[in-house]
Amino acid sequence: MFELIKPNTRVDFMKLRPYAFAFSGVLTALSLIALVARGGPNYGVDFAGGVMIHVGVDPSVTISELRGAVDELGVQAEGASVQDFGSQPGEYLVRLPAGEGNVDQAIVDGIKKGLQERFAQKGYRELRTEIVGPRVSGDLRRRGILSVLMSTIVMGIYIAFRFDARFGLGAGVALMHDVLVTVGALALTNTEVDLTVVAALLTVVGYSVNDTVVVSDRIRENMRANTKENISQLINRSLNETLSRTVLTGGTTFFVLIVLFLMGGGVIHAFAFTLIVGLLIGTYSSIFIASPIVEMWKGGASAALSKA
Amino acid sequence: MERGLMWRLLVVAASTILGIVALVPNFATTLPEWWTFALPSKPIALGLDLRGGIHLVLEVQTDKAVENHVEVLMEQLRRDARAGEIATRDWKREGMETLSFTVVGTGKGERMHKLISDTVPNLAPVPGADSGQLRYKLAQVEVDAIKQSAVEQALETIRNRVDEFGVAEPTIQRTGTDGILIQLPGVQDPDRAKALIGRTAQLEFHLLAQDPNAPGVKRLTGVEVDRATHTSHEVPYSLEPNVLMTGEVISDARHRPGQLGEAPYVAITLTSAGGTLFERITGENVGRRLAIVLDGKVQSAPVIQDRIGGGRAVITGNFTLDEARDLAIVLRAGALPAPVVIAEERAVGPSLGRDSIEAGTRSFIVGGIIVLLSMLLYYRVAGGVADLALMINVVLLLACVSAFRGTLTLPGIAGVVLTMGMAVDANVLVNERIREELRKGQTPHAALEAGYSQALPAILDSNVTTFLAGLIMFQFGSGPVKGFALTLCVGILTTIYSAVFCARVFHEVLMARNPKAPISI
Repeated sequence: MFELIKPNTRVDFMKLRPYAFAFSGVLTALSLIALVARGGPNYGVDFAGGVMIHVGVDPSVTISELRGAVDELGVQAEGASVQDFGSQPGEYLVRLPAGEGNVDQAIVDGIKKGLQERFAQKGYRELRTEIVGPRVSGDLRRRGILSVLMSTIVMGIYIAFRFDARFGLGAGVALMHDVLVTVGALALTNTEVDLTVVAALLTVVGYSVNDTVVVSDRIRENMRANTKENISQLINRSLNETLSRTVLTGGTTFFVLIVLFLMGGGVIHAFAFTLIVGLLIGTYSSIFIASPIVEMWKGGASAALSKA
Repeated sequence: MERGLMWRLLVVAASTILGIVALVPNFATTLPEWWTFALPSKPIALGLDLRGGIHLVLEVQTDKAVENHVEVLMEQLRRDARAGEIATRDWKREGMETLSFTVVGTGKGERMHKLISDTVPNLAPVPGADSGQLRYKLAQVEVDAIKQSAVEQALETIRNRVDEFGVAEPTIQRTGTDGILIQLPGVQDPDRAKALIGRTAQLEFHLLAQDPNAPGVKRLTGVEVDRATHTSHEVPYSLEPNVLMTGEVISDARHRPGQLGEAPYVAITLTSAGGTLFERITGENVGRRLAIVLDGKVQSAPVIQDRIGGGRAVITGNFTLDEARDLAIVLRAGALPAPVVIAEERAVGPSLGRDSIEAGTRSFIVGGIIVLLSMLLYYRVAGGVADLALMINVVLLLACVSAFRGTLTLPGIAGVVLTMGMAVDANVLVNERIREELRKGQTPHAALEAGYSQALPAILDSNVTTFLAGLIMFQFGSGPVKGFALTLCVGILTTIYSAVFCARVFHEVLMARNPKAPISI
C-alpha cells in the first residue's frame, strides 16, 4: 500500500488551534485592510464598465511604444491607458474607463484604426474587444454580489438542515472566512475581478462547504461511536483519519488548477488564481477553523449534538 | 459472474458506448448517411470565446421613437389647422411626449380642441396654459405602445439585416425592456457587422435650398472625394426642410460595381407609389439638385436632368464594394424606427479563439494525465479502476454537453479540467474507507461493501454544495460563465454515476474473477 499519510499518524491539530486562529486573524485583517485601502475589489470592464481592447503585436513592441501610439491618437482626455496582458508577450490591453453615458463608438473605432495603421507592419491583431455600458455593468455588479450572497445563504440553509448548530456554526464561520480571505487575496494582488472570477468565487463557496462537510461527517460519525476520548482527542482522530483524503483530493485538484493557471491562457488566469487561493484556504479552514469551533462549543450533552 | 453484476456491467458498457457515439461527430469529418439520420451528428457547440464572433446588446432609444411620433403628429395637426382655417403659431415639442402651440384669434381654441380630439384622441390637453398657448400630451398607453413597437420593429429589421448579411446560427432576441441581444458566431470582421446592424439607415430626399439663408434651412454636411488627388473633404449643404421621400418607398436595393474607375454604387427600385412620387418630384424640379441624405449625412446631391419614370434610382457616394453591399442590405431591410446604442459588446477575434481552444485542450490533457497517474500510483489496481471511471466520466460529461446542445466555452473547458481534479474525491473517499476496513481485518469483499456504503453520504453531501453553487452561477452568469456552470453541474452528475456506480461494478468484476485475492489498493 502506498500511503502518503500513515494510518497511525497523529498530528495534534487541536494543539495548533491558537496558532491557526492567530494566522486566520492576520489573514482576515489583511484582507479587510487590502479591501479598504484599495476601495473595494479591482473591478474589470464587466463590473466597472468602459472599454477594453485586447491587442496582439510583435513581442518586440514595448508597452511604452504602444502607450506612445495611443497618446498620439489624442484620447488621453478619455482616460485611455495601456497595460500588460498577464505574462503573454506582445499582448496588451488598451482600456478606457466608463464615462457618464454609453461608450462613444467613434472613439473606440478611432483607437483601433490608429493602432492598425501604426502597427500594421508589426503583426497587429485585434484579439478581443469588450465594451460595457453603465447600465449593463451596474446590472452585472448587482447580480454578481447578489449571487455570492445568495450562494452563501443557500449554503447556510443547507448546513442548517444537514447539521446541528454546533457543526453549522463551524461550517458557516469557515465559509465566511474563506470568501473573505479569497476576496482579500484578489484585492491584495490587485487582480481584476471579472465575470469568471465571480464564477470562481461561487465555486470556492461550494468547495469550502464541501470540504468542511466531509471532515464534519467523520467527526459526527466518531461521536456516535461513543468512545472514551474527550472531544479534543476525538476531533483530532477524525482529522487524522480524513487526512490522506484531504491531501490526495486537495492535491489532485490543486495540480489541475496549477495546470489551468499556467497553460489555460491569459483569459482565465484570474479565474484559476481565485480557485487556487480558494482551494488552499478552503482546505485549511475545514481543519483549522470549522473543527476547533466544534470543539469550543460548550452547550449540550454529546448525545444531543448529533441530530441525524 | 452473478446476474445482477452482469446487468450492471451491461449498463456501464451501454452508457459508455452511447457517450462515445454522441462524441463521434466531433472527430469524424464525414458521417455516413444512416448515421446522420438516426444519431447525433452535430459536434459540440463552441461559445463565442472559442469560435470567435460578436455578442452585442443594443439599446433601442425608444424615447426618440416617441419624439419622432409626436413630431409627425405635430406636422399633421399643423396642416389640418391650416386646412380648417385656424391660425396657429409657435408649434413645438416639449420634452418627449408633449406638444404646444398658440392659437391666434378668439374662439378658435375651441375649434382647434375639437379638431384634435376628433383626429388624435390619444392627445390629452394639459391644463394651465397661458395666453392662448395650448399644450397636449400623448397618453401613456400610446407612449408605451410606441416604445414597444419600436423595439419589435427594430428586432425585425435587425433580423432581416443579419439574414441578408449571411451569418450561420445567429441569435437575435429581446432582452430587458428595450434591449436587443445579438450573437453572431464566427464573424470575421466584427466591426463591419456591428456597423451594419447598428446604423439607423434613415434615408431622406431633400431639395437643395435655393436661398441658403432662408428660414428653416437644414444645414448638413457630406463628404466629397477629389478623384484626381484621392483626398476627401467635408462639404456643407443647405437643404430645404421638408422631406420629399424617405427610405420607405424602396422595394429593393442592390449594389453594383462601378464602371470605368467609378466607385461602386447602389441601385434602388421603388414601390409603385414611390415610383409615382419620384416621377412627380423629379418632373417638378428639373434643373435643381436633389440631396440624398442617409442618417444625417448627405451622400450625394445630383442635379435632376429630367423627369425620372420607371421607379429606379441610384445612390452614389464614394463607396467601397463592401460599403455598397452593406448599404444595399440596410436599405432592403429598412430603417430602424429609432437609433440604437451599444450597451454591451464582446467581440472575440478568430485568432484568440483558436489560442483558447489550444490552451484549453492542452490543460485538459496535461491535467488529465496528472490525475490519472497520481491515482494509479497511489492506489494501484484500485487506482486503475478509478482512472477507468474517470475516463467514462469525462466521456459522459462531454457527451451530455454535446447531445443536449450545451455550449462549450473556455471556462467550460476549465470546468471539465476542474471536474477531473475533484471527481477523484469520490474514489478517494471510497478507497480510503476500504483501506480502513481492510486494516480492521475485514475480508476484501466486506471491505468493499462497507467502503461504498459508508462513503456514500459524504460523497453525496460534498457534491450537493458544489452543485448548488453551480446552479446559482448558471442563473447569474452570461456566456462563458454559463459554460463553466454547465460543465461543473453536469460533471457532478456524471461523477456520482461513474465513481459510485461504474467503479464499483469494476471492483466487483475483478473480485468475481478471483474472490480470494486481496484487493490491490
